[in-house]
Amino acid sequence: MAAEAGGGHGPMSQFEIKRYVPLDLFGQDASFTNASLYMVLAVLLITAFFAAAMRNRALVPGRLQSVAEMSYEFIANMVRENVGDEGMKYFPFIFSLFVFVLVLNMLGMIPGTFTVTSHIIVTFALAALVFLVVTAIGFARHGLGYLKLFVPDGVPIWLMPLIVPIELISYLIRPISLSVRLFANMMAGHTMLKVFAGFAVSLPVFAKIAPVLFTTAFTGLEFVVAFLQAFIFTVLTCIYLNDAVNMHH
Amino acid sequence: MFSVITAAAQAVTEAVAGAAVEAAPHASGGLPQLNTHDFSPQLIWLAVMFTLLYVILSRVALPAVGEVLAERRERIGRDLAAAAKLKSQTDKALSDYEKALADARSKASAIAKEKRQSLADETEAERLKVEAQLNAKLHEAEARIAATKAKALLSVNDIAAETASAVVGRLIGQDVSVADVKAALAAAGK
Repeated sequence: MAAEAGGGHGPMSQFEIKRYVPLDLFGQDASFTNASLYMVLAVLLITAFFAAAMRNRALVPGRLQSVAEMSYEFIANMVRENVGDEGMKYFPFIFSLFVFVLVLNMLGMIPGTFTVTSHIIVTFALAALVFLVVTAIGFARHGLGYLKLFVPDGVPIWLMPLIVPIELISYLIRPISLSVRLFANMMAGHTMLKVFAGFAVSLPVFAKIAPVLFTTAFTGLEFVVAFLQAFIFTVLTCIYLNDAVNMHH
Repeated sequence: MFSVITAAAQAVTEAVAGAAVEAAPHASGGLPQLNTHDFSPQLIWLAVMFTLLYVILSRVALPAVGEVLAERRERIGRDLAAAAKLKSQTDKALSDYEKALADARSKASAIAKEKRQSLADETEAERLKVEAQLNAKLHEAEARIAATKAKALLSVNDIAAETASAVVGRLIGQDVSVADVKAALAAAGK
């Protein structure tokens, strides 16, 4: 397993960042990498999809337009149910998060592609963005009253020294739990697929059927995970947003 | 802002997976995800691409979908309202028609009743007139019968007296005048 680190075909080599075009931006490394490629691809795909779907703006929607409308209603209902009508102001942000993560997850399911969301730095940046946006909304709407979020109602005063730090830590840990959940799910799934696909290659002929069947079934599960993790990321963002907008648990 | 995120991410990554990193040599092996040299290009491209996506979706794509959905909702609402209006118009026309029909029917029956009444009145008047005429004729006839009867009764007396005088004259062989018989009858009738 040690030999794979040098860019071989081990289960981890699929996560390596490859610099296609070295770039430099104000002293920062801004190279065009495989991660950049798939992010660009995702944005292009999403844009092309909506351009094609909404080309006619038909009163009676066709197939593509139905899908676009369903995705819109799906996230709009999610925001409305979790945050209420007040939350619809932030709907474009939530929707962008959902389709971005979903398309990146799904692109990663195509064999030979790179999964952007399997990198902790990407998921952490998205989760940190959510955390900063939600916290900013909370303070903008409630001022210092937003700090009452850490002082739950109906808790006896003598429990406060215990409850307040717990609430504070659970609030501050959100970007970490949010990012690690997505990153770990994507990385673990893709690693498992590669490991079992590797068994299919290395095992003797009569035993190959087992890893092939497993990999096939597991690929189906991974598609579910790819959707589910995008969904969970979005739902949790909505729940955090609800705290900031409505201030009740 | 950007460098803050980078620094925080690096700190968190190293804290979360630090144990794993220590096991493997940092430069050559380990998880590719923990290679901090790769953070900067990923973060820069993520920031650019996500911002671009957000702008495209929030300015163009989502308003387009929202407009179509709102338009459809509005159109359906408008059509339903129009349908409700048409239905109420239909209902009104139907009730008007039924009212007109009922009016016509009641008018027709009133005319028929009136006609029947006037015909009945006319018949009654005619009947009364004919009855009166008949009554008059009846009275006249009765009077005539009474007169004839009285006259006949008078004649009966005369005939009886004459017969009686003839019978008596034959019985007694002597002529008896009619006046005598009459007197005798009158005396006997008392």
